[in-house]
Amino acid sequence: MTGNDRMMEKTAGDSVLKVAMPKGRIYKQASKLFREAGLLIPEDFDDSRKLIIPVPEANMEFIMAKPVDVPTYVEYGVADIGIVGKDVLMEENKDVYELIDLGIARCRMSVIGLPGWKPVMYPRVATKYPSVASQYFREGGQQVEVIKLNGSIELAPLIGLADRIVDMVETGQTLKENGLVEMETLFQVTSRLIANRVSYRLKNQAIQELCDRLGQRIAARG
Amino acid sequence: MSKPKVFEKPIGVRDYLPNAVAKLRRIEQNVLDCMRRWGYEQIITPTMEYYDTVGVASSTSDQKLFKLLDPRGTTIVLRSEMTSPIARVAASLLKERPFPLRLSYHAGVFRAFEDEAGRDAEFFQTGVELIGDSSSEADAEVIALAIASLRAAGVPAFKVAVGHVGFLNGLFQEALPGRTEEQEALKECLLQRDHVGYRQTLSRLSLDDQVRSELEGILRLRGGAEVCEQALGLSASREAQAAIRQLCEVWDVLGAYGVQEHVLIDLTMIGDFSYYTGINFEGYASHLGFPVCSGGRYDNLLSQFGRPAAATGFALKTTRILEVAEDDTPAEGGRTLIVYTHEQRREALQEAERLRAEGLLVVTEALDAASPEWGGLRERAARVETFEHRGADYDSLLVYGVGEEARP
Repeated sequence: MTGNDRMMEKTAGDSVLKVAMPKGRIYKQASKLFREAGLLIPEDFDDSRKLIIPVPEANMEFIMAKPVDVPTYVEYGVADIGIVGKDVLMEENKDVYELIDLGIARCRMSVIGLPGWKPVMYPRVATKYPSVASQYFREGGQQVEVIKLNGSIELAPLIGLADRIVDMVETGQTLKENGLVEMETLFQVTSRLIANRVSYRLKNQAIQELCDRLGQRIAARG
Repeated sequence: MSKPKVFEKPIGVRDYLPNAVAKLRRIEQNVLDCMRRWGYEQIITPTMEYYDTVGVASSTSDQKLFKLLDPRGTTIVLRSEMTSPIARVAASLLKERPFPLRLSYHAGVFRAFEDEAGRDAEFFQTGVELIGDSSSEADAEVIALAIASLRAAGVPAFKVAVGHVGFLNGLFQEALPGRTEEQEALKECLLQRDHVGYRQTLSRLSLDDQVRSELEGILRLRGGAEVCEQALGLSASREAQAAIRQLCEVWDVLGAYGVQEHVLIDLTMIGDFSYYTGINFEGYASHLGFPVCSGGRYDNLLSQFGRPAAATGFALKTTRILEVAEDDTPAEGGRTLIVYTHEQRREALQEAERLRAEGLLVVTEALDAASPEWGGLRERAARVETFEHRGADYDSLLVYGVGEEARP
């Protein structure tokens, strides 16, 4: 029970809203959006290496997490809410509330290959998103071998590991530079605000208020 | 997978060590006792059931059932919840008993392995079923009992959110008459807790602007009695209106029980549409990321066992409650150690028996008078103080040996 006791201790500040924030690319845009919505996040935290950042002015606490882990923290309730890309939500399939589309970190999930791609006998697809890719091809009636890679996915078709890849495309610049083309789009990706099932009810007011403030700001951005 | 190491267990199952068991038993006793005082009689059903009867009727999805084959090739399931086994009993062994039936249970249930997210493959549930009463009073009784049970279990702070599947059913049918596919798509979004997807789906449908904003507005229908008022204005559909009226009635009855402070009305709370038929609810404790109880009305289940009847009930997730419950029962006092040498074995063991009959906890241990511990224990027996011996704490010590007897 010691792990649990520790958890109780950490969550003792009942009214504080714990927010799982993705480190890196999305954080910059998310913290900007939060500031525009009037939530006072000190600027110097942007480059901090601290993992837990209290923001008493907004009655919040930021937990700096690796983006793919955000839904996990929120599902277990160690964070009340979190910010995460739709790509991660689709891949991780966690039981959390998806409350609002923040409209930031906009990109798309696509099937990519070399120009002039033709169906092959044993199709292989390399991706960082194996469950998204498997589901997409299954629903399209294609049986493919999905290969999970952890980075530089664009390499796979260039060196013959796979004939196609499924990956996120933001501007398409990397693809162009490597002579690859986008073949199909699976879905559009933006960052979402997610909430834990219990927090959504027990901290309803704080969460709803935050949603409303962010929602107004997002609407104003257009 | 490589061969398991000797200390490993299958994923999702647990051992309970003495402290945890003591706490679990106290919770179980307190909760079952609470249920008994509300007139619910405890029953026990088998761990295994037929897939084609209880397995199919169960609200657990097929891929989460543990399936086995018996020697004749019939598919067996490990029970995944207790509601369908109890429905089977109510419609067979208890079929001559007039309604309403009030039954309670405490049982381990099984769900096929899931890798993570605190979802155990085997866990305890404690709950009740109230069968053969379709009234709002019955809905409220079960919710009030759920609250009383959470209290009895020692859950420090909790809320119960109450919804009604009929409201959304009625609202969607009115807003999208005959467009079942679109209704299903919207319900699926809500079931997946995907509010973004819900709004996106709405924006794609061809709808009157006012209807669209009303349908968007339901995401805010959470709170107290005022939510019912707002909801009444939202839909003229007979089903939705009936659902809200029922919810208001239940709210009033809960007021009479004096438990409204624990209750939230939440019309976005969606249970499984194919299973629940009316009021449904979920309990949440602070400090725990997963619900601690869930329940609701399931009026279609009993007919699958040949005795159609309205029914409602709930299950506490006792294994999770174990993690948050405050345990104010003091550790049991009165542990006595009796050490003896073989000459006085009879006296020692008879004294132990006498003390046990008085309700004390007594551990006996034979020692050789020549052993190095003997002198120390003899000496200690003269003092009255708690002490530790071989990793356990004792409050008193009796020593029987070599013709003399020492008592504290």
